[in-house]
Amino acid sequence: MEFFRIKKDIPFMKHALIFNAISFITFALAVFFLLTRGLHLSVEFTGGTVMEVAYSQPAELAKVRETVSGLGYTDVQVQSFGTPRDVLIRLPVQKGVTSAQQSEQVLQALKANDADVTLRRTEFVGPQVGEELVHGGLMALAFVVLGIVIYLAFRFEWKFGVAAIIANLHDVVIILGFFAFFQWEFSLSVLAAVLAVLGYSVNESVVIFDRIREAFRKYRKMTTSEVIDHAITSTMSRTIITHASTEAMVLSMLFFGGPSLHYFAMALTIGILFGIYSSVFVAAAIAMWLGVKREDLVSAPRKEGGDPNDPNAGAAV
Amino acid sequence: MNRYPVWKWAILVIVLLVGALYSLPNFFGETPAVQVSAVKSGVKIDDAVAQRVEQALAAASLTAERVAVEGTSVRARFDTLENQLKAKDVIQKALVPDANDPSFVVALNQISRTPAWLSAIHARPMFLGLDLRGGVHFMLQVDMQAALTKKAEAYSGDIRTALREKNVRHSGISRDGQTIDIKVADEATQNTVRNIIADQFADLQVVSQPDGDGLRLRASIKPEAARKVQEQAVKQNIVTLHNRINELGVTEPVIQQQGLDRIVVQLAGVQDTAQAKDILGRTATLEVRMVDESTEARAAEQGRGPVPFGSERYPERSGQSVIVKKQVILTGENLTDAQPGFDSQTQEPTVNLTLDAKGSRIFRDITRENIGKRMAIVLFEKGKGEVVTAPVIRSEIGGGRVQISGRMTTAEANNTALLLRAGSLAAPMEIIEEYTIGPSLGADNIERGIHSVVWGLAAIAAFMCVYYQLFGVISSIALAVNVMLLVAILSMLQATLTLPGIAAMALAIGVAIDSNVLINERVREELRAGVAPQAAIHTGYDRAWATILDSNVTTLIAGLALLAFGSGPVRGFAVVHCIGILTSMFSAVFFSRGLVNLWYGRQKKLKSVSIGQVWKPESDATAVAKSQ
Repeated sequence: MEFFRIKKDIPFMKHALIFNAISFITFALAVFFLLTRGLHLSVEFTGGTVMEVAYSQPAELAKVRETVSGLGYTDVQVQSFGTPRDVLIRLPVQKGVTSAQQSEQVLQALKANDADVTLRRTEFVGPQVGEELVHGGLMALAFVVLGIVIYLAFRFEWKFGVAAIIANLHDVVIILGFFAFFQWEFSLSVLAAVLAVLGYSVNESVVIFDRIREAFRKYRKMTTSEVIDHAITSTMSRTIITHASTEAMVLSMLFFGGPSLHYFAMALTIGILFGIYSSVFVAAAIAMWLGVKREDLVSAPRKEGGDPNDPNAGAAV
Repeated sequence: MNRYPVWKWAILVIVLLVGALYSLPNFFGETPAVQVSAVKSGVKIDDAVAQRVEQALAAASLTAERVAVEGTSVRARFDTLENQLKAKDVIQKALVPDANDPSFVVALNQISRTPAWLSAIHARPMFLGLDLRGGVHFMLQVDMQAALTKKAEAYSGDIRTALREKNVRHSGISRDGQTIDIKVADEATQNTVRNIIADQFADLQVVSQPDGDGLRLRASIKPEAARKVQEQAVKQNIVTLHNRINELGVTEPVIQQQGLDRIVVQLAGVQDTAQAKDILGRTATLEVRMVDESTEARAAEQGRGPVPFGSERYPERSGQSVIVKKQVILTGENLTDAQPGFDSQTQEPTVNLTLDAKGSRIFRDITRENIGKRMAIVLFEKGKGEVVTAPVIRSEIGGGRVQISGRMTTAEANNTALLLRAGSLAAPMEIIEEYTIGPSLGADNIERGIHSVVWGLAAIAAFMCVYYQLFGVISSIALAVNVMLLVAILSMLQATLTLPGIAAMALAIGVAIDSNVLINERVREELRAGVAPQAAIHTGYDRAWATILDSNVTTLIAGLALLAFGSGPVRGFAVVHCIGILTSMFSAVFFSRGLVNLWYGRQKKLKSVSIGQVWKPESDATAVAKSQ
């Protein structure tokens, strides 16, 4: 079986402007939703209490909401979680009341209405922890961005490092845009997924950059855009098969992982789909516009120190 | 050309064997058990206790799979959860007749079924996180400022006493936040005060400030001493928490310091958070009172007659009761320290108490007036009092250093000191993070996590086998080996597996397959270019390696960032993610190459390779190296 039977290089770079326009529009939309709607941050970041309770019958959310509001909470969110019998209740931080009292109070009130409600889980986070998490998250992001730029600058050239990181950071913004648009809960595990996507989809750009370098050496007469077209075309098969495999794994998590893994898997799903697009089409185009030249790569000292006339030195799919 | 030297085979075989051995314990599962351990250090856990457990079970006609002393506890294993619960009640009744004075903790536990020979080589199953087995997690923040303020308060009293003893006249000592202000009239006095503080209070630093018409000295705790105070406060709180949690009957509680001023408490299997929080946040108070030694009280002590008016009856730890006057002489606030020690003359074990200035003054007066009488130190917890010790006053005690001695073993002295210290937390704590996970949710999480890994793995393996044929089969085996090695390493490290950890395992499989696709595509490409099969395999692996390294390094950078800056669930994810990347390089490259070499390496005239169809653009027809 061989899915990809491409005879000629596909002229991707001719349409670079269109690819970038598409991605810019998506990016702009994501930023727009992030600014207007904002992220629906989980209690881990905002501080507060989350309770998951289970009923033996499908729960009446309105009634639960009423009961909890009756206790004097103003900003209460009640939603079903996974199954209609499981209910998730979020309570804001209240001054002077400990989380223990909060969850006790609510559970008692719910029990008064329906005796067979059971507490599945509670989660309380103080506001000071939330601030630290935001700080830690931003530090991690900065570390990843810097680390990858430096690594790629060292292995290839700074233009590639910058191009790859721009392309993949815009993936991150797009994932966040989805979370803002659908108001999905942004939790710590989603943050982990986002950073994992960043590391994962950069390697797609690495594969293509590797090919670009190889093609610059091999085909002396090709222009930069032809070289990039050739590199993208020849890695196409691998790109799609790898990502489809990873996506299969992630979808399996989305379908079988249950509500606890739902948004984590969702962030990965979106991240991998956009990751392919941006690291293939956007990263290469940005590198082209930043002005990568044959001299940048070919004259660079080879890390493998092999025969300089070997057209394939240091390159691989 | 596609052969491994012997040493490579040796490494491969050893790694696979070790991996298989250490991942094995995770498949034995757990057996429900009841664990009996001692509350007090005086109580010994030995075969006699095990026999009592067996007798109790026999009386209730329950059969345990095994009852044995293991380490510092007796464990009885059962076949079903139902029997385990029944047995817990039975054993509880037999060993702890009085719930108010327990000498044993009887707790439910899950013990791994790992056979002894595996345990002997330290092959143990992964530790399951709270989100997988249910339990509560608390993060407590110790209020360091309060600890320092408390210390400064104690110092200000001590300085006052010291100055009085030396007959130094001052015009007022007050505490301002964490500094102590001492007002003096003239230079000479200022110098004397300075010297006294330098002599007696090595932990304080003094600066002088002009203050209106007089002079003012500001004493503050030196930074290094402050650090010591903080360290001690956290340690003291951890000790106190340990004692309190012991009562909950939790097996293997986790109580750890995190950062400078935080304590993490994890109690697996505890569902009643309200009770747990109640116990963690409980404030115990200590009171020193006089023992009522009137004849009526003596009679009441022996159970003959009522307790006289103005007195109360409290039990002693030995079980006897003591009649104590209601009037409180001192409270735990005046007690700054309690340590076990030895009498310098008799070499008897003692408990040494240190009182603050106010406490010492009162104590001196009381002891002067009551030589030969008994005083009682009563610890109140949950509104219930208990006499920790009731020594006889031998002489007047001044200076705030009190020694309690007589009829004590070293262990008892340790215990008493601990109890006195545990009377109060060194500094107040606040719960800043809390998770409770029900046991059913934990079980669901495990099941879902495993399902997603298994189905994802199956889907990828099926596709690989169809698309790449024999090379696909090899890739799939490599993936399975990757999972095995990952589990083995996590078990060796005794890492805690959480749900994000399982997710990372799934993701690691998704990323690991990338390496195999790279290799297989590259081999096909070589074949497409008309290279001979053996050479194609060789160059395919070689060329793909550089790219695999690059792509894994970028992924690893993200993983390390998460490990460094993440906390809680993110760290659980990051650990598995990073290890997964490393094992994938071994399994996808080194191991899969080994299998390929084993299959093809010895065939000198290899005509074709089973890697699926290789399409050549020149001739549209299938001029291909197809499977044999």
